[in-house]
This record gives sequence, structure tokens and C-alpha cells, in this order.
Amino acid sequence: MNDMTNAFSGPGPDAVFAAYLADGRFMLQRCDDCKKHVFYPRVLCSHCGSPKLTWQPASSQGTVYSTTVVRRKTEQGGDYNVALVDLSEGPRMMSRVEGLAPHEVTIGMDVRAKIIDEPRHGKLLVFMPTQGGGA
Amino acid sequence: MKATDLRGKTAIVGVGLGGLPSAPNRSSMEIQTEAVHHALTDAGLNLSDVDGLFTGSSHAFMPALSTAEYLGIRPKISDTTMIGGSSFVGHLLPAAMALQYGLCDVALICYGSNQGSGFGKLKSMSEPQTYEAPYDPRHPITSYALATARHMHQFGTRREDLAEVAVAARRWAQLNPLAFARDDLTIEQVMASRMVNDPLSKLDCCLVTDGGGALVLVRSERAKDFPKPPVYMLGTAMAHWHRQISSMPDLTVTAAAESGPRAFAMAGLAPADVDVVELYDAFTINTLLFLEDLGFCAKGEGGAFVRGGRIAPGGSLAVNTNGGGLSCCHPGMYGTFLLIEAVQQLRGEAGARQVDNAHIALCHGNGGVLSSQVTALLGDASTL
Repeated sequence: MNDMTNAFSGPGPDAVFAAYLADGRFMLQRCDDCKKHVFYPRVLCSHCGSPKLTWQPASSQGTVYSTTVVRRKTEQGGDYNVALVDLSEGPRMMSRVEGLAPHEVTIGMDVRAKIIDEPRHGKLLVFMPTQGGGA
Repeated sequence: MKATDLRGKTAIVGVGLGGLPSAPNRSSMEIQTEAVHHALTDAGLNLSDVDGLFTGSSHAFMPALSTAEYLGIRPKISDTTMIGGSSFVGHLLPAAMALQYGLCDVALICYGSNQGSGFGKLKSMSEPQTYEAPYDPRHPITSYALATARHMHQFGTRREDLAEVAVAARRWAQLNPLAFARDDLTIEQVMASRMVNDPLSKLDCCLVTDGGGALVLVRSERAKDFPKPPVYMLGTAMAHWHRQISSMPDLTVTAAAESGPRAFAMAGLAPADVDVVELYDAFTINTLLFLEDLGFCAKGEGGAFVRGGRIAPGGSLAVNTNGGGLSCCHPGMYGTFLLIEAVQQLRGEAGARQVDNAHIALCHGNGGVLSSQVTALLGDASTL
């Protein structure tokens, strides 16, 4: 899987990323020139400015960079986790870690991406602990 | 031509506050206008003298147009650069340039909001970020909580250290009759307050209040013609590295690490020269991050630095002498209040909270989610 989309025509990177996700695939852009990965999806490489960004399957491996518990009343759904995950390819993204209680998510935890069906957003990327969390 | 050419060329000759500590049944524009009136009176000027307008808003899409129409003025130049709460410290730069090039003669920086009484809760014009919004971060506290958690993990910063910041701010607020929150506050009370986004509790968060602030600026060559002692802009610098927290390169280092050194370089000053420090404390972690990034202590040592009342009244460094966003006021955006408090300190008119021998003040504005950083150094006539 190495198809390159034209940077300035056709569906833009946001739409391409969403279409991949809707198809159950987590894809990342990688720059043909500086070889670095880019997230969130962009028209130009945010490292070097090149328009030569190629979609590649993500490793789906990551590490929790920071984590918080958003406190919410039980009747509104209860507390939930928001985390920043550093992907093994380099970029960082916001997500949440599932498969354990929100406060049990710790900085440095190894996690693996999972695509879920979310009532409000359709397909959504979340993460599960790589070990011991039912990944 | 170089940035240091702007050192000392612009003077603040009028400041005014409005709507403090609260202004029920008054609109944001009415609160802003009260502040403008007080600033112009302070400067001995009239509305008709204002020909440069530098403003921002939490409610108006075209704030310069709304403000100028309401005031009945016809500016020759306006700027509404929107970089969040730091905008108004940032406005010092276009105002100084416009004055210096003769594009205007009297520049007005102003802001007002009835966020405390009017909305009842925090309301933000900030648009959801596409790749963060699906995870339901609460804007802006979730982002600041993530930065706090990382600082604690990396440097061993404790919740008690954050609480120390809130208590110091409250002790300054108790000396300020216009401050919103003046009840006694202990570290234990902060620690016991309701958790909102771990590790930030309710009392780690800034207030949501009404309030307005305005400043009048002129070229320094005219500054002695005004009733109050002028306060000079010695250096100002802006830096921003991200918009959303997931794009912040290192959650323990803000762009203040760049804006601070550039502002100090323009002013020809160092942190040890500063007598009074006004930092944008939207959350308790801000104060620690900015003390570190601006060079008042080493990276990671902010928690240890503030222990034992060091930044409280009577401590070795006077920080947030009006009570800050945590205890004085925070009407959506706090930037004008940093500058106004610094001016009052440098004029020696800060009453019970006056810092002795205050000649140089540092104001540091923050906007977004630790996103935009603007550092300004102000000084009295002895610093020129």
C-alpha cells in the first residue's frame, strides 16, 4: 500500500484519512523528501514543506506521553480518559486509552491502536494497553 | 533597522479598569467602555484624541469595528490580531510600530467582557480541533491538565506546589480591593477542592469573572506632557509554536522560552533585573512553566521555587501582585490586566500591595492552550 495522492487536487488529506479510517485502516502520511511521518494529515510536510506525502499503514504502536481523567457525573456517563499518544513513527496524537479504568492509564504505558465504532463520530481511533489490558 | 530600536520609544500614559470585581446586568461593551473612559481620564485625553485602536474580543467577530463605532471614534489604524489571551500584550508591538511610524498619535489597547455575570459559565469562541474534538477534551482545561501531568511525571512536581501558586495569588488578592476572590485560602483547601481534570482541581483554575482593561500609549517624546509618570515599553517579543495541545512539541516547555530571551535582549535586561512579575495564570501550572521558561529558575524547578511563600507577599519575588487570573479576575482573556497592574506598580500607586522600589516589570501573556506567548518588559523613567 503505497499510493500517493496529488497534493493539490482530488480529495484532500483530511478526506483521504477519514476514508481510510471508514474502511478500517489507520494510515499515516510519510514525507518522500525528509522521510518523516506527519500527523494530523496535511497538504505539505510540517517538517520540511514538501508536497510529496505518501500514505502508509501505521504501525499502530505507541506510548502514552501524557494522560488525564476528565471528571464527569455518573449520570452523564462518568469519568473518561484523554491521552496524548506518541506513535512509534514519531507523531503525537490525542486519543483515549480503553480497556482499563481512566485513572489507571499511566505515562510511558505501551499502547496499540484500535479502530472502534463510535455513535457520534463513526470510526474512531482509540488505544489499548499492549500488555495485560486485553489488547 | 533592528528590534532594539523600539526600546523605550513607546510610553503608557493612561490605564483604566472596568467592571471589577463584578458587573451584573452590564454588557461586555459597556464594561470595556468604562475601562476606556478611566484610561483616557488617567491620561488627560479625550476619546477624540484616539486615532489608533488595538483590541480583541470574546464575543465580537470584528471587534475594532464594533468598538470604534460604539465609542464614536474613527481610527487611522486598527489591529485585532487574535492569539488568545496574550493578544493584548501582543498589541504592544503593532501599537509601538504604528506610533513610531506616525500612523497614529494616540494608541488605545482595550478589552472588556461580562463573562462572569453574563454567561454564568465559561464560553469560548474557540473552534473545536478536528483531530482532538472526537475525544471530548474540555476546552481549555484538559490541555493544561495534560501539561501538568507531564510536568509532574518528568520533574516530580507535586500538587502541593501547584496549590502554593493558588495560595500566593490569593494572598496578593487580599491586598487588592478590586480582586474578586479574597477569602482566606490554604494549601489544604486547594488540595481538597473538587477534581476537574486530573491533576487540576477547581482551585487550580482561573476565575470566570467580568472585567475590562484599557491602556493609552503615545510616543515617548511626548510622554512627559501627561499627568501621570510614564511607563516605557523596553522590550516585547512574541512566539507561538502550536495551536492545539497535541501539536505542542514538549508539554513542559512553552514558547515563553523563546519570547522571554528575545524580550530581555530588546530591553537589555536579565531576569535578575526584574522587580515585579505579572504572569498569565490561567491555571496554577502556568506560573511554574513561565517562571522556568522566562529564566527565574531552571527547567523543572518551578515547584521547588514557589515553596514556602516565595512568590507571595513578603516573598523574595513579587509575582501576580493583583491576585492574578486565579484570584483577581479572568474575564475570558486576561492580557490587559497584566499590563495595567505592572503600570500601577511602576507608578507606585498599587496601595497595600505596592512592591518597594519597583522600576522594572515583566508581563507575560499566554493564549490558547499554552500556545501563544508574549513577553513584555516595562520600566519607569529611571530605566531609559
